[in-house]
This record gives sequence, C-alpha cells and structure tokens, in this order.
Amino acid sequence: MRIDKDLVAASATPLVLGILADGDLYGYAILKRVSELSGGSMQWTDGMLYPLLHRLERLGHVSSSWGTSEAGRRRKHYAITASGRAALADRQEQWAVVADALRQVWQAAQQPPATTERWA
Amino acid sequence: MELHAEQEAQIGRWRGWVQRRQAISPADVDELEDHLREQVADLRATGLDDDEAFLVAIKRMGNLDAVSHEFAREHSERLWKQLVLLPEDAEDAGAPPWRELGIVLALAVGAGLAVKAGTAWLGDEAVLARNLGLLVLPFLAGYFAWKRRLTARVVAALLVPFALLAVVLNVYPFVPGGSTELLAALHAPVVLWLLAGIAYTGGRWRSDSRRMDFVRFTGELVIYYTLLALGGAVLVGLTFGALQVLGIDLEPVLEDWILPFAVPGALVVAAWLVEAKQNVVENIAPVLTRVFTPLTILMLLSLLVVLTPAGGLVDVDRGLLILMDAILVLVLALLLYSISARDPLEPPGLFDGLQLVLVVAALAVDAVMLTAMLTRIAEFGSSPNKIAALGLNLLLLVHLVRAAWLSAGCLLGRRPFAELERWQTRYLPVYGVWAVIVVVVFPLVFAFA
Repeated sequence: MRIDKDLVAASATPLVLGILADGDLYGYAILKRVSELSGGSMQWTDGMLYPLLHRLERLGHVSSSWGTSEAGRRRKHYAITASGRAALADRQEQWAVVADALRQVWQAAQQPPATTERWA
Repeated sequence: MELHAEQEAQIGRWRGWVQRRQAISPADVDELEDHLREQVADLRATGLDDDEAFLVAIKRMGNLDAVSHEFAREHSERLWKQLVLLPEDAEDAGAPPWRELGIVLALAVGAGLAVKAGTAWLGDEAVLARNLGLLVLPFLAGYFAWKRRLTARVVAALLVPFALLAVVLNVYPFVPGGSTELLAALHAPVVLWLLAGIAYTGGRWRSDSRRMDFVRFTGELVIYYTLLALGGAVLVGLTFGALQVLGIDLEPVLEDWILPFAVPGALVVAAWLVEAKQNVVENIAPVLTRVFTPLTILMLLSLLVVLTPAGGLVDVDRGLLILMDAILVLVLALLLYSISARDPLEPPGLFDGLQLVLVVAALAVDAVMLTAMLTRIAEFGSSPNKIAALGLNLLLLVHLVRAAWLSAGCLLGRRPFAELERWQTRYLPVYGVWAVIVVVVFPLVFAFA
C-alpha cells in the first residue's frame, strides 16, 4: 500500500521531530526509522528530507552539527531543541484530535476501507 | 564499506551533477552523498549488485529538479550570487586574503596623490588636462602588472611608449587654447587605455580572446565606476547638506581633497571589483545592450525622419560631426557588448537581425550627415577639429560597414559567427593608431594651433 503524498507531507514534520525526540540522528537514519515505523509503506523521496530538516533548523526546532561516520565521511547530525519539543507537543495534540475524529468516522461506517484495499 | 572504482566514479559524476545546482550548497552535497552511500551499502547488503544498488539509490533520492526546487524554496538567498571580496580560504598559500585589498587601496591612494601633486605642481589647467591620464594610468597598469605577474619585457614594452607619449605631450610647444592641444588631451587617454589593455592581457595582446576579455572588462569597468560615482555622490551630497546646516562649507575640502583622491582612486577600485567579480556575477553590459538596441533603433529612425526632409542641412558644423561620432560609438558599443556575450555556436536569432537593423540605420544616418559635412568642408576649408572628427567617423564607418557585412553573412548562415567576433577584436588597435596620429602628427601638421 502506498500512502498518498499529501498525507506523507502533512505527517513529515511531526514524524521527524518525534524520531529526533528519541535521540540525535543523521538524515539516512531518520529515513530508515520512518520506513521501519511504517512497515515500509511510507516511502519518502529521500532528497526531500534535507530541505525539510534545513527548514526545521531555520525555525529553531532542530540543531545540527557535523561529525564523521564510521567510514570517515563528513556527516551531519540533527538534534531536537526545546522549541522543537514544544512544536512536537503541539502537533501531537492536533494529530490526536484528527485521529480521534477519524476513528469515530470509521466506526460509524460499517466497513473499514483499509481491509478491501489490502485485499486488492 | 569499501566501494569499487567504478562505483566511486559513478558517485563522483553524480556529485558533479548535483553541484551544478545553485540552490544546493557544497555542504548539502556532502550530506546527500553520505545518504546515497549509506543507501547503496544497505541495498548491496540485501543482495543487489553495484549497478543495481546505485540505480535504486539514485531513484529513491528523487527527481533532482524537484529536490533542488525544494532546496531553493528553503534557501532562496543562494540564487543570488554573492560577491565574496575576501575569500575565506585563500588558494595561494602564504598570500593572506587581505593582501590584494591592501595593494588595491595603496594604488588607489597613490593615484590620488599623483593627481594631487599634479594639480599642485603643474599649475596650468591645460597642462594638467594633458597629463591627467599619464598620472593615473601607471597605478591601474601597476595593479595588472602585479596581478598578472608581468615579465620585465612586457613592462619595458609598456614603459617605452608611455615615456614617449609623456615627452610628446609636454615638449610640444602647443599654442595655449589651441585645438591641437585639446585634441591631444582628448586622444592621449585612448592611447593610454590601449597600453592598459596590454597590461590587462598580461602581454598576450595578440590573442583575440584576450582582447575580447579586455573589451568585456572595459564595459564592466564603466558600469562599476558609474555605480561607485553615484554612491560617492550620494554620500558627498548628504555630508555636504548636513555640514551646511551646521554652518560649515565643505566645498573647498571637496575640491581640493575629496575629488582629486576619489575620482582616480575609484578607477583602481572599480578595476579590482571587476577582476574579483568576473567569475561570480553575470556581466551587465550585454544585458544593457539587449535593452538599448531596440530603443536606439527607434532613436536613429526618428533622426532619419527629421533629417531627410531638412535637405540642405545648413547649420551643420563640427558639433554635428562630433555628435555623429558619439552616435556611432554608441552603436559600436551596443554591437561589441552583445557580441562579447554571444555564444559563437548558437544559431542566429531575432536579436542578431535586430542588431543588423541597428547598424544599417546608423550607417544611413551617418551617410546623410557625412555628405552634408563633406560639402561644407570643401566649401569652408578644414580645421584640426573637423579633420579629427571626420577621421574618427571614417574609422567607425569602416568598422560598422564590415561588421554589417559579416553579420548579414552570419544571418544567412554563410559565415561562422566567430568571423564577426574576430573582426571586432582585430580592428581595435586601429583606434589606437589613429589616437597616436592625432596626438603626435596633428600638432606638427597644424603648427600646434
């Protein structure tokens, strides 16, 4: 199953902030984590992650520092900041409301659309 | 994880490809490359071979246009090229980045001191006017001599004509207020400018492409100098106004100190700016030619309309000839600067046609004026001024007629564009020769009158 790209875009910021809240990471590791968490069904265009990270950095939600990888290459690590945690908490509330509303709609409808999709 | 040589080459090519995107900085490319390598390594661990892993990793990275567009949205400032005057990582080991700035400022101050000393010691205004170029040029040429590491032979080749010119300008017994003196003062800077060109090209003045570089440099220098002059004028105006309110008159200081230093100094600084920016910022002169070529065509056509019914052209005098020379010089500059920016391999387009129209219109206007002028010279005799203006007019005419012929050939696809370009650069020294004749021969012929 492929996730609609608008949905991916909308969830990108909270996902990245949430993953960084668990610990500092570099770009590729963030994407790997996203893939693991979604069971491989949330595929981002890899290149798009970096402009997003740079935007979050400009907004002060994350900070970055250059380090070196095991192979000795330059690697940029990202860490969440206090303002990033505040933004994450804010997003979490918003998503909780959305998810709750959706759950009620799914329950009202007799047949959850997800099962038919998976079958197809 | 160690990759094979082929893989390294692939990644190197990809890096070069990404680096060409202006919105993606070198640090971003490092970040993306690290990502790509991790991805490739993981994919190979799942059993893909090198090529497959690389292709999949590139595909996952996404369309480069879209990614670079995203980068541009986040870093819009990167689309504006920034001129870095003091590079942080100096490439020449041992040469601190501020050394060039120091030399430029010293030369600028030196040019100011030379002009100031000239005003103090030469006294007479006419003598100063003749020598002004001689006072300023060595500092500009000195900058290029340092920058291009001129050999002793080239320096000697510059010094000898410079010294001869200085001797001629100061030994000739010019009649005070005579026109040969004025002509010599006007034409000496042209000779000096071509000497500066030899310094600029590092002595390789025979090379067509280096000559074209000097033409580009001249155009950019004029623009940067104008910008500096405008900025300086605003600054002086504000200071002037503020001091006037306080009851202090800036004028004597302005005339005695600020202008003698600022005007020649700005020339050296402008030359340095053009040198520093040449790789970073687009040339502006060719952009201006695009704007002004159609407008100049309109101007010339309206001139033709006004002139033709006037018929007799009773009041033509040397003023008109000089005006005509100015128009031809303008047309020539428009032609030269658009040629300087044109890709020789591009097929002829609309703008090339427009340029031909411009040149032909200028020639038509010139032909009308020139016939009127020649009849008047035949009737009332010649003067040094008339001959000098006429001579320049003829030189410009030959230049433009041949250029029109060649560009027509280009448009019809019969000649390569490079031939038109070569004609421009080959012809340039002729102006220098003419200027030498006006400075050296005219006073002798016209008895220094």
